[in-house]
Amino acid sequence: MQPLIIIGAGLAGWTTVREFRKLDAATPVMLITADSGDFYAKPSLSNAFAQGRSPAQLVSTPAAKLVETQNVTLRAHTRVRAIDPVRRVVTTSHGKFAYRDLVLATGAQAMRVPLAGDAAGSVLSVNSLQDFSAFHARVVGTDSSQNHSKHIVILGAGLIGCEFANDLAGAGYRVSVVDPAERPLAALLPAQAGEQLQGALAELGVTWHFGCTVRAVDQNPDKSDPALRVSLSNEVQVLTDTVLSAIGLRADTALAQTTGLACERGIVVDTALQTSDPHIYALGDGAQYASAGGRTLPFVMPIMSAARALAATLAGQRTELVFPLMPVTIKTPALPIVVAAPAPGLAGQWTSNDPGLWQFMGAENRQHGFVLTGQHTARRGEQARLVQV
Amino acid sequence: MSNPTKTYLCIVCGFVYDEATGRPEDGIVAGTRWADVPDSWACPDCGVAKADFEIVEI
Repeated sequence: MQPLIIIGAGLAGWTTVREFRKLDAATPVMLITADSGDFYAKPSLSNAFAQGRSPAQLVSTPAAKLVETQNVTLRAHTRVRAIDPVRRVVTTSHGKFAYRDLVLATGAQAMRVPLAGDAAGSVLSVNSLQDFSAFHARVVGTDSSQNHSKHIVILGAGLIGCEFANDLAGAGYRVSVVDPAERPLAALLPAQAGEQLQGALAELGVTWHFGCTVRAVDQNPDKSDPALRVSLSNEVQVLTDTVLSAIGLRADTALAQTTGLACERGIVVDTALQTSDPHIYALGDGAQYASAGGRTLPFVMPIMSAARALAATLAGQRTELVFPLMPVTIKTPALPIVVAAPAPGLAGQWTSNDPGLWQFMGAENRQHGFVLTGQHTARRGEQARLVQV
Repeated sequence: MSNPTKTYLCIVCGFVYDEATGRPEDGIVAGTRWADVPDSWACPDCGVAKADFEIVEI
């Protein structure tokens, strides 16, 4: 019996394995990953400092344990070079493997903007535990007594940028955030909610630079601490120890494209997560879901729903993926936020009668989304019941 | 004197359940021990079952 092969050991890959094994204990499963295959909760990367957890402590389930409990063959530290969809063979850096069905769980890559300056190459981004280890080592350094003078510039005031800003400022670092918008989370939140978060993080010590971008990152010309000089488009210069880019993710479609699969913003999949090849499926940050109107969907909840539906399909029961309402928790303890965003392009407006609650109201007074801040986040269940998906 | 409260971590998404604060919005009052959280309760952030939580020292 040819195995089910899954490429990628992130949340999408491992959750597909776990859900598939609940339905089918017999079919061989192989998981191929470029990293170690250790499982970690990715959302923990942006609150690890506050919890005092080291990169090694973030591994919640070692690969060896998953191999045993899920009865899976793991090909770790293995790169997929090519997929032959006609012969159904995957060529990797460690041999060729035939498959019955193939799942692409290859995720997304951190977006980067080109920057000028002789230290542009020192800018970090965090999209994996490995990335986080490098960032953690840079920030913590060898002398922990120096931490409280260290300064970090974050590019991007989106969800990840704000979570890192809160985590690092809360742990005693000095943090500056640069974003071309006028306030944090401008694409996601109504203006007043964004302003609340801006104020809460400012109170924690975060310095905001809105309406501008980073133009260049250079070595500090004074050859002293801190090591870097960041030049903004509004002529402001900031001296800093570390620069973190958190401007967003882009679906990784490289392997799918070379295989000849249909790709747009992500790997195009139908409502059963099938790509343009009948034996290749995709889910996670790399997929562009028909079930989401042709969008890619970040965050944890969509992956969990997609993995359950895909596991059922792979176990022989073709299952259409229907996304439920998926509120997102923004881990900014200075001002906790829960947001259930309306579908893009949906007509309507944010209304608020309460300083911690915003409702997105569309035609015929139907509610399509909500934002809750602070203690109002406890009203998540009540608001979720009001929303018409 | 009662035992100190503990925290439990969702191994899938990193959500933390703290016995001290409970989860009042889900009807789980502050001080509720992990053992007394209903088996039907799911992680609010990712939806996995109670079984996918592990005890953590934070």
